[in-house]
Amino acid sequence: MAAVRTSGEVALNRVAIVAVLLITLIFLAPIYWITATAFKPRNLATTIPPTVVFTPEISPFVKLFTKRSQLREAPSPEEYEAAPWWERLIFDGGEKVVRSGRGEVQLSGYPDRFMNSLIVAITSTVLAVGMGTFTAYGFSRFKVKGEGDLLFFILSTRMLPPVVVAIPMFLMYRAVGLNDTHWGLIILYTAFNLSFSVWLMKGFMDEIPKEYEEAALVDGYTRMQAFFKVVLPEAATGIAATAVFCFITAWNEYAFALIMTNRRAQTAPPFIPSQVGSGLPDWTVIAAGTFLFLLPVAIFTFLLRNHLLRGMSFGAIRK
Amino acid sequence: MAHIQLKNITKKFGNHTALKGLDLEIADGEFFVLLGETGAGKTTTLRLIAGLETPTEGQIFIDGVDVGTWGAAERDVALVLQQYSLYPRYTVRQNLEFPLKSKIRRIEPKEIEERVARAAKTLRIEHLLERKTDRLSGGEMQRVSIGRAIVRQPRVFLMDEPLSALDAKLREALRTELKNLQMNLGETFLFVTHDQIEAMSMGDKIGVLNNGYLVQTGTPNEIYNNPLNTFVARSVGSPPMNLLDGKLSGGRAIVAPMRFELPYAGATKAGAPGEDRPLIFGIRPEDIYLEPGAPVEAQVHDVENHGVEKILTLRVGDETVRATVPARTEVALEESVRFAWNPEKVVLFDQTSGVSLRHAG
Repeated sequence: MAAVRTSGEVALNRVAIVAVLLITLIFLAPIYWITATAFKPRNLATTIPPTVVFTPEISPFVKLFTKRSQLREAPSPEEYEAAPWWERLIFDGGEKVVRSGRGEVQLSGYPDRFMNSLIVAITSTVLAVGMGTFTAYGFSRFKVKGEGDLLFFILSTRMLPPVVVAIPMFLMYRAVGLNDTHWGLIILYTAFNLSFSVWLMKGFMDEIPKEYEEAALVDGYTRMQAFFKVVLPEAATGIAATAVFCFITAWNEYAFALIMTNRRAQTAPPFIPSQVGSGLPDWTVIAAGTFLFLLPVAIFTFLLRNHLLRGMSFGAIRK
Repeated sequence: MAHIQLKNITKKFGNHTALKGLDLEIADGEFFVLLGETGAGKTTTLRLIAGLETPTEGQIFIDGVDVGTWGAAERDVALVLQQYSLYPRYTVRQNLEFPLKSKIRRIEPKEIEERVARAAKTLRIEHLLERKTDRLSGGEMQRVSIGRAIVRQPRVFLMDEPLSALDAKLREALRTELKNLQMNLGETFLFVTHDQIEAMSMGDKIGVLNNGYLVQTGTPNEIYNNPLNTFVARSVGSPPMNLLDGKLSGGRAIVAPMRFELPYAGATKAGAPGEDRPLIFGIRPEDIYLEPGAPVEAQVHDVENHGVEKILTLRVGDETVRATVPARTEVALEESVRFAWNPEKVVLFDQTSGVSLRHAG
């Protein structure tokens, strides 16, 4: 069917396209800036006006992954000869920073912090979405006494800014030895995300016709089997959306990570800015760390994009 | 195949009572139709038998065994719904296999394949087997839903308005198909509908539900010709039975608001039941006929042409009567005609209780 469109609609459509482009540009600008800075030589990172055309380098990443202390003089030709390729990248930049205090280059703290971020974010997302899905199913399908009150109670845990409880949480964690542990952060992030996950999944569960499970029950399946075989696949879209939101929240959390961890379980968000303080801030290294930090969320969202975009095409027979 | 019996079933949802003291018996191999309006308790009855709800009171027997404590899976019944009984992510074949792959059945893959093939052949959906169910038409979907029930070889088929979502032509075709299928399989079917035509055309027996009460059960003929009360009289037949207030006097029916008299066959017999009490005369539209010398004069208010017949709305005073007449009858709007009824076919109802005198006495 060819839609007949008036000139007014066409104009409106064009305005909409321009608006979408503009908004996209505004959102992408900082990401471009971070990405560009991550590949710039140090001396071009803070020029005014900003440098747009440059030869990309990976030396910021080398500096990000290695730890060294500053020397006062440039490397001798012998030292230059002896250095591996990635060290030379730094010499070529005309910098004097070469060796660590012990005389050798060490791995920086970044890979460990990054790993911590992954462990904490993935585990807490799995826990929050898993428990949220089961809870939502229960609320959606069974008569729960005081359902409204319980759901409100679950939501009320999000009514305070989380940082308000940071100090008491810190003291409690210290008392039970959860300070600076992966589980400490995982429990915290799961607790934050759970109420969100329950509410979001409840909405998705309510959308799934209960006739699907009932058909399975009558066909000889137990409630559990019906849940896993029929409900879960139908809820995939909702689970994907909830998981992305929970993952982003846990991945980006800064305040609690800063307070509750310092070494062993520290995640990337508090680590990256801590690098600003050591010596003159090298913005290219900060940008490289941030750039890598953005990747997991981007990849995760990209993998689940079909689920996120797909409308609710529930129902074999359409209403 | 199974025999089903419901004894004194009451089902309450909170303050709402969906079923009140329901007694129902469905014989082995019978096509039983539960007829009722939305909210009459038809679907609740079905869900109780399927084991998806538990009765507040009363017992359910399948083949003489009380299944009150059995879960839905153990009862071995099949349920076909108006919609949503197919899984959109599966192909037709996977949907048909689904009930057979249940762990409680333990059926060999080879037999699953055979059964699916047989069901597909019966329902003529073989060409659709590899298609995703969201790419089927409404009629195809309902065939697959029925197929999902057939492959199981269940003890009872429970069907909850399976044809209501379909368009008229398809509904008519599937009606015949379903009835044939039931006769070929020889299985017990409990079919729930609000459509009296479905009930009349498919049922071996019909149960009329009203507001949680089972009003009358009987063969389509009994229900049609001998309705227990005015509710049943209104529920079946299209157009429904004419119900006229009046009384009997000296073997004649005196229809009060319309001020006409017609003979009544039953009244001439001894005792003349129902004399001098307020009555309702029930007469089917097809038992009213037009004749030049007939006793009652009326104006033609409306004519509906149905091809094989015409349905006339006749106006007598301020009341209307509907009559089904042969298509060749030529009448014009507002024309004066004369009509009579078949005195043998008149059903008497008590005006206060609405119950048929034949059933009460």
